[in-house]
Amino acid sequence: MRKLILPVLLIAIFALMPLIAELVGKNALMTLSARILMYAMAAASLNLILGYGGMVSFGHAAYFGVGAYVVGILYSHWMSEVPIFGLFPGSNQLLVTLPIAMIVSGLAALLIGALSLRTGGVQFIMITLAFAQMIFFLFVSLTAYGGEDGIIIRRANAVPGLNMRDKTTVYYVILVVAVLYFAWLWRVVNSSFGQVLKGIRQNERRMEAMGIATFRYKLYAFVLAGMGAGLAGALMANFLRFTSPDMMHWTKSGELIIMVILGGLGTFFGPILGAAAFLILEFYLADWTEHWQLGLGIILLLVVLFTKGGILGAVDRLKGGRQ
Amino acid sequence: MILILEQLLNGLQYGVMLFLLAAGLTLIFGIMGVINLAHGSLYMIGAFAGTWVATTTGSFWLGIPAGLIAAALVGFLVEATVIRKLYARDHLDQVLATFALILIFNQMIILIFGRQPIFTPLPEVFYGSIEIIPGLFYPPYRLLIIAVGLLVAVGLYFLINRTRVGMLVRAGSTNRDMVRALGVDVRLLYTVVFGLGALLAGLAGYMTGPILAVQVGMGEDILLATFVVVVIGGVGSIKGAFVAGIGLGVVDTMLRAFLPTILRGFMAPSDADAIGASVSSMGIFLLMAIVLLIRPKGLFAAGG
Repeated sequence: MRKLILPVLLIAIFALMPLIAELVGKNALMTLSARILMYAMAAASLNLILGYGGMVSFGHAAYFGVGAYVVGILYSHWMSEVPIFGLFPGSNQLLVTLPIAMIVSGLAALLIGALSLRTGGVQFIMITLAFAQMIFFLFVSLTAYGGEDGIIIRRANAVPGLNMRDKTTVYYVILVVAVLYFAWLWRVVNSSFGQVLKGIRQNERRMEAMGIATFRYKLYAFVLAGMGAGLAGALMANFLRFTSPDMMHWTKSGELIIMVILGGLGTFFGPILGAAAFLILEFYLADWTEHWQLGLGIILLLVVLFTKGGILGAVDRLKGGRQ
Repeated sequence: MILILEQLLNGLQYGVMLFLLAAGLTLIFGIMGVINLAHGSLYMIGAFAGTWVATTTGSFWLGIPAGLIAAALVGFLVEATVIRKLYARDHLDQVLATFALILIFNQMIILIFGRQPIFTPLPEVFYGSIEIIPGLFYPPYRLLIIAVGLLVAVGLYFLINRTRVGMLVRAGSTNRDMVRALGVDVRLLYTVVFGLGALLAGLAGYMTGPILAVQVGMGEDILLATFVVVVIGGVGSIKGAFVAGIGLGVVDTMLRAFLPTILRGFMAPSDADAIGASVSSMGIFLLMAIVLLIRPKGLFAAGG
């Protein structure tokens, strides 16, 4: 039972957020809350490879951006009624665009992962960064889809029976998708697959000696992580009604890593807390001074140098520690 | 032909700048085992400090020691307060802590100098252009950069291969633990290496000032290219940094100069320019991916 307290509490908070925002008359709170949900999904997908699998990918924002662009491109083709490559029709149905966004970002992750995972250590960090930069520049070069300016999506994707022109409805759709995603992720990290992944992080050679094809497991995890980020990106495109190459800039990948670390590496709820901490910090610091990144930098530096295990680690230590 | 030669020289000039940055970074990487994303910040600090002194005193030459000293001082400070704590940490912590340093330095520069780019005054000697070979006019300042870069390369070669410090550096990048076990004061060695890296970054920053704008974010733009150079050249190898730096500088410049023109041959000019520009930006990353897939440790990896 105790295990259920935190998830139920989190869902309740997020579900009540639109009401709270209306009560205090600050609509920005609902936007902030939605951003936390979507970044939490992206950070959690990164945590699957970074925290559980020990793979330091410095290009995770690329899949986030690819997911967003799938929604944008499908929408622009639906608007112009010109099939993509003359073959596939565009779409504005959320139930169509989300799965396609996941498939496309998963394929991108499969290709990049299959090549990158042949290296390790520093080289792995750099090659994932390099591939992400290539995707970034690829989308900058797509003048047909706005180039550097990106695509404006006039209306959020439709869901039968829902009025998606209402921001609050979109918010609840995001919440439902996020809850489903985290429920699925819970099953993944607690499955035998998740155990193998943790084992690879601790000692890859030993896992290999036990007869496990570690490369394949790492690649699966890499692809699943890419799909998760793609899903989050697709939601983001719907929420912002906009996509641009900025979404996959390398500093965004850095921010995703920061969220994972802030919350606590390799913990289930860490990315949610980390994304919340990061975005709330940004929200209030940016409100207060345009030099908010100075504060962020100092806090981040202190967290890295003097804490072990982020927010959840600090909470554990305060409780007397299970370390 | 003249055009190609001119772009080759531009590539060489960009290449030696990349080398100045990559030489420090590859040593810090190879000897101390630290990924220093803030290396670009030292480059930026050198540029700002040097340019500030140059504009206040009106002398371009006084800016050089100013940029070098500022970058080295900040380098020592950063090494003593932050980097020293990161030696024993994993790469992830290093990436994050130095990423935090980028944010801090960028904002501090904005607080001091503002967001507007500032310009480095050039002495009159460098105005105009000189004819190197018949028909090829080239700005002398770019020639100066190439000369300085090559001089530093020669100097580093002697420092690394002919002096006692250089011997320790070479030993350190081959087998760090063995050097420590032999009773060498590694801490001092680390500080020296980091300071040297910072010095070179500051020099590169100040020298590029008159060509590119001195502004916040200039460090990040060149940082990624520098990392590509380090990784392609092989971590810890000065020789690798030199070869890869010049090579990438030339390839990148050539792509930027000629790809759009080539593409114009078979598509609309506006598309050709946009696609050409971004495909050229992809070029160095593509090259790195290819090199890493064939030689996962880079071209001239030091030690095991």
